[in-house]
Amino acid sequence: MRFSALKVLTQGLTGNRGWRAHWRDPEPAEAYDIVIIGGGGHGLSTAYYLAKEHGLRRIAVLEKGYIGGGNIGRNTTIVRANYFLPGNSEFYSHSLKLWEGLEADLNYNVMHSQRGQIGLFHSDGQRDAAIRRANSIRNQGDDAELLSVAQLRRMVPYLDYDQGRFPIYGGLLQRRAGTARHDAVAWGYARGADQLGVNLIQNCEVTGIDIVQGVVQGVQTSRGPIRSKKVAMVVAGRSSQVAAMAGMRLPIESHVLQAFVTEGLKPCIDHVISFGMGHFYISQSDKGGLVFGGDLDMYASYAARGNLPMVEHVAEAGMTLMPMIGKARMLRSWGGIMDMTPDGSPIIDKTHIEGLYLNAGWCYGGFKAVPASGHCFAHLLATDRPHSAAARFRLDRFRSGRGLMDEEGTGAQHNLH
Amino acid sequence: MRIDCPLCGTRDRREFYYSGHATALARPAPDAGAEVWDDYLHNRENPAGVTEDLWHHEFGCGAWLAVRRDTVSHAVLSARLVKGDQL
Repeated sequence: MRFSALKVLTQGLTGNRGWRAHWRDPEPAEAYDIVIIGGGGHGLSTAYYLAKEHGLRRIAVLEKGYIGGGNIGRNTTIVRANYFLPGNSEFYSHSLKLWEGLEADLNYNVMHSQRGQIGLFHSDGQRDAAIRRANSIRNQGDDAELLSVAQLRRMVPYLDYDQGRFPIYGGLLQRRAGTARHDAVAWGYARGADQLGVNLIQNCEVTGIDIVQGVVQGVQTSRGPIRSKKVAMVVAGRSSQVAAMAGMRLPIESHVLQAFVTEGLKPCIDHVISFGMGHFYISQSDKGGLVFGGDLDMYASYAARGNLPMVEHVAEAGMTLMPMIGKARMLRSWGGIMDMTPDGSPIIDKTHIEGLYLNAGWCYGGFKAVPASGHCFAHLLATDRPHSAAARFRLDRFRSGRGLMDEEGTGAQHNLH
Repeated sequence: MRIDCPLCGTRDRREFYYSGHATALARPAPDAGAEVWDDYLHNRENPAGVTEDLWHHEFGCGAWLAVRRDTVSHAVLSARLVKGDQL
């Protein structure tokens, strides 16, 4: 079933009775060529590109909950490609290009909205750093513009420009950045993968990984054993538990990151605005809610909910930046489990076990990476060679110290990102 | 979240700085080899359940604490003082 304007019109006029389920609900087979553990955004996009670009069909995605129920359905939906360091820069550039063709590719409306993202700066030093970052982004072939205060005031007049603590000196704008409908990204990839023959198996928890003499044989699940010569771990915050089934310890700590939504308001915030100094960023959803978040709670957690001090901090930062949002009522908040690496950058790599692959460490930036992560991981799984856009996301970079990607410049150490 | 400081009593999480897993207390010997040091510096058990991590009571008595707590429920189970030379 393909979507089209005509289809929406005719369905609308006939009571919407002709729509079918977007994907099947198959029983797991005894064996697959590739088993993907984790039916989140990254797992689904991996399956989709394996089927589409590499022609593989015997693929299973094992999801312990339901499709769209994890971080892919609970994030602040920002899509951008404004990274500085080699490694990250080409990867997120690749991802943004895939985003721009995603809706046509999937025949699915993911509500990708290139409304622009503005990163604010508050001192001469930060302006210099922003110029340097802008040059790096443009060298990568992506767009970046430096905005003066006068330009910024015309675009976003509601900021408190003359605040004593963080007076606003300007902003770094990426017009191609923006947001997308997070659930639709999961649904679109799930539907696309399913149509290409991938088995999406929900309510199927992996309980063990079978390894004989250093070679993967398959997995044990709550719905029986499944044989496969290639097993891909794509489970974000739960990476340490799944890797432990293969006897591995990963350079990952799981932390909680909170986000918040207000009641629906009339359109008032047209862009994504990042206030780095206050650890605050905000956009407005198409439904009208202000979607905003801050920094990690900064302690290891699997609770999927945070504590009040960070709620208070985020609210204070928001009020500092744009006092007008004090009139909005906060509707809900939630906490996601973030797989934090020491340098704050991800891992897409083989492991020391033959046939076992790892995609993890997305920290708090996994959403924008969904297309390229799947695209590059599929390339690695199918060809056993890293994709050029993700060639630096090596698991051994911490041991060797070579190729660390520490965007914040705080040092490659747990608890600093 | 509140932490029971052995010196100050039950205090708010805001008074504490978090410093990661208490693996820092098991520092390897200088000549233990690259693999052991890599494991110590980077790799973590990262448990979903009971863990022990280090908290600095920076807006209180200044003591370093090893806190046993549950990462799934956020329950704080116990806290003990850690000697400075262990860190």
